[in-house]
Amino acid sequence: MPRSVPVAITVNGSKTEREVEPRTLLVHFLREELDLTGVHIGCESTLCGACTVHLNGRAVKSCTVLAVQADGQDVTTIEGLAQDADALHPLQVGFWEKHGLQCGYCTPGMIMAAKQLLDDNPNPSEAEIREAIDGNICRCTGYQQIVDAVQHAAEAAGAA
Amino acid sequence: MTTFRPNSVGKPIKRREDPRLIRGLATYTDDVKLPRMTYAAFVRSDFAAGEIRSIDTTAAAARPGVVGVYTYADMDGQVGATPIGVAIPGMPDHPLLADGRVLYVGHPVAVVVAESPYAARDAAAAVEVDIEPREAVVDVEAAIAPDAPRVYDELDSNICLQVPAPNPEADKLFEQADQTLSIRLLNQRVAPFPMEGRATCAHWEEGPGKLTIWTSNQAPHSVKQQIAMCLGIPEIRIRAIAPEVGGGFGAKIPTYAEDALLCWVSRDLRRPVKWSETRTENLLGMTHGRGHVEKIDVAFQSDGRVLALKGQTIADIGAFRSFFGPFIALSTHTMSCGCYDIKAVAWETSSVFTNTMATEAYRGAGRPEAAYIIERVMDEVAAATGIDPVAVRRRNFISKDAFPHTTPSGATYDTGDYEKSLNRMIELAGYDEAREAQRRARDDGRLVGIGLATFTEVCGLGPSTGTAPQQRMGTWESATVRVEPSGNVTVYTGISPHGQGQETVFAQQVSDAFGVGLDDVVVVHGDTDQVQHGVGTFGSRGIAVGGAALDMALVKVHAKATRIAAHHLDAPVDQIGYEDGEFTVSGTDRKLTFRQVAEMAHLWNVNVPGEEPGLEAVARFEPSATTFPFGAHLCQVEIDPESGEIEIQRYVAVDDFGEVMNPMLADGQRLGGVVQGIGQAMWEEVQYDEGGQLLSGTLMDYAVPRAKRFPRMELDNTVTPTPINPLGAKGIGELGTIGATPCIVNAIVDALRPLGIDNVDMPAKPERIWRAIQAATAN
Ligand code: FES
Ligand code: FES
Repeated sequence: MPRSVPVAITVNGSKTEREVEPRTLLVHFLREELDLTGVHIGCESTLCGACTVHLNGRAVKSCTVLAVQADGQDVTTIEGLAQDADALHPLQVGFWEKHGLQCGYCTPGMIMAAKQLLDDNPNPSEAEIREAIDGNICRCTGYQQIVDAVQHAAEAAGAA
Repeated sequence: MTTFRPNSVGKPIKRREDPRLIRGLATYTDDVKLPRMTYAAFVRSDFAAGEIRSIDTTAAAARPGVVGVYTYADMDGQVGATPIGVAIPGMPDHPLLADGRVLYVGHPVAVVVAESPYAARDAAAAVEVDIEPREAVVDVEAAIAPDAPRVYDELDSNICLQVPAPNPEADKLFEQADQTLSIRLLNQRVAPFPMEGRATCAHWEEGPGKLTIWTSNQAPHSVKQQIAMCLGIPEIRIRAIAPEVGGGFGAKIPTYAEDALLCWVSRDLRRPVKWSETRTENLLGMTHGRGHVEKIDVAFQSDGRVLALKGQTIADIGAFRSFFGPFIALSTHTMSCGCYDIKAVAWETSSVFTNTMATEAYRGAGRPEAAYIIERVMDEVAAATGIDPVAVRRRNFISKDAFPHTTPSGATYDTGDYEKSLNRMIELAGYDEAREAQRRARDDGRLVGIGLATFTEVCGLGPSTGTAPQQRMGTWESATVRVEPSGNVTVYTGISPHGQGQETVFAQQVSDAFGVGLDDVVVVHGDTDQVQHGVGTFGSRGIAVGGAALDMALVKVHAKATRIAAHHLDAPVDQIGYEDGEFTVSGTDRKLTFRQVAEMAHLWNVNVPGEEPGLEAVARFEPSATTFPFGAHLCQVEIDPESGEIEIQRYVAVDDFGEVMNPMLADGQRLGGVVQGIGQAMWEEVQYDEGGQLLSGTLMDYAVPRAKRFPRMELDNTVTPTPINPLGAKGIGELGTIGATPCIVNAIVDALRPLGIDNVDMPAKPERIWRAIQAATAN
């Protein structure tokens, strides 16, 4: 059997330790080892954003990060975005209110990419939102209602 | 027009399906986990055409974690051919794995099964396939030449289906017409590209003798039947589940060879097996869309009246027949008149094999091609006569009093009011001012273009008498309404939504019928063990057919509840009133809530004569005919002459899809469709080289629309209901792709017309535009 190496990654606030093949991609680690199947795979090549998670608070495409590269670091996935299990993050609320999703496949990655934007720029313009999600493909919505969703989240955060 | 007084229906209710999706808690096929799971990887042909000399699986089989390697020889005689919808006598079957010959790049040759996905992919790379390549035929026009290499040696030509529809009346009108013009239009091959590719998990359980297949598909009932026929397993022993599905766009209507194969493998191994395709596999092996070449002649008068059309469609159906494959192109002829009163149409449709992946329905399926043709034609007639494109369209519109209207190409339109949507669009767009601004921009030497499309299309196809037996698929749809003793309601629908939002819209319908809250309704779909037989989600039929079936079931349940209420209230049925969840006796204060009636129906401690206990009904809606929504779109573009870059400055869409069930969801369908249509017009293209190698096999080479290329779209709608179904709703899923593609190209050509350019082929990539500008200005 292929050689395994230990990794210890803090995922959504819980420390997880596993033995993995060195070539294991972070996306596969999250989906297969930890059952975090909200992280999706759309291209395996950093080009669609479906697999976007946060690594130490920055959005990364987890299909092109090795699990061993995340060793000792913090990962947040869509499942860990809301503060507690019953609440929704303002971005989740925005996507729901504004119909920012149809099939939902791009949605977790889209939300994680938008979170990076709002962390950096709490009041983005429409053009800035479109720029920020340009690395995330949605085949269903045509993006306009996603823009509305992100604006809704920004406004909610501003009002809070 | 609705059966029940609309309270929830018609409102922008947010979706019931979203909480699981926005929290990452939905289950797509690849999320299914089962004990003893195995994982499949396919070995695919690197050649577009050739004979297989040998397949050596020894090294692969010996790799760690491999549990099985299969080629066609292992299943020969035990399985049927790849499922298709409609037979054509004499056409070769397509085996589940390559049977001695390969026909396209990506053709599955072997399947490897292992304990992990990584082990399966490693082992697949170790399978050695020796192929003697032969000359491939890739270009569809080259494929119809008499001396072209043949995809199938056993056939006389590459033509799979040819349907001539000559018309002497058209010939006569061409002689009488003031003018004629000819145009050659390409509708390039595109990739449906759902964000979730194909994924299948097959699980044969030897104990109960039962096969369960989870598959990312739009029509699970069809999957069940097709797998049953292909593998000889009785359909009562097959459960097909389309769990959460990440987009389909037509390419998930077919039951693929891979699906059937994995079911066979699971039975052979007595272990579950799962496969999720890679994106490259998706671009190679998921059906493509479009792929038409059209040659069109138009006879018209100097006042802009179009008299007749003669068309030729050459449709590239790829290397084998997909589910609907060869027949899709026929609807291009059928819909060739668009929303215009054209007197005669002659056509010839050829569906042609090439050594490429098969083509299939793709968001519109034959109708976008028709709309592209007639809308491009209208603009060329406008240019030839010097009449404004709006005026030319008005001159040719079918009048709103002329419905139902049967076109010379054989379509019968239910209702329409094309002036109404056009007028609203012109108002919203400020058409005259936009033209004025364009004139000023042109005076400054800028390349600004305004394009229009006024189109109609086909939704919720019917009746079933028009379908072929082998398709095992009528045009009807089913719904069960099951009222629980509490008065809460479960709906079982035969459609299989994958983003369209019927879990919400159907709950709105139930809420209006019974006065229950949206939270008190669950809509179950996509599981053949739970849901009565149904058809599925495609062809914009979810509401127009599926919603209509639900309405019928609600009516039945409501009638029974009324009879039960009448008995308990001791009043004749015709004295029972109903409003907002309460049954009342007119002229009295006696009443029962719907929930009380539901409980009485189940408790049955008071028998109601002539009734059975329970409160449940199943209904099937068979559409007597098809609905024809329509719309008027406008866009404005500006082209940078230095680079050929096109900026979309405005996009205005006024659609008419009859009654609106949920305007927010309707907007979503329209916006998504428009962007997908613009994708085809401007960037997307599946490209093969001359030898049949796929050049667009990754997202580096296949350009899917991204967010920053678009302005904010301006939407409105008009309402012209249909009498075909009780909801008055027409269908909406495909409108966007049908309107947007010609609208964009008309705008681009309009921008370039001062340079003497009168056509641009899709995709209108900057390079293509730049070259056209260079060629035009060099002259
Ligand atoms: S799957 Fe990672 S970017 Fe597409
Ligand atoms: S909602 Fe389907 S891909 Fe974005």
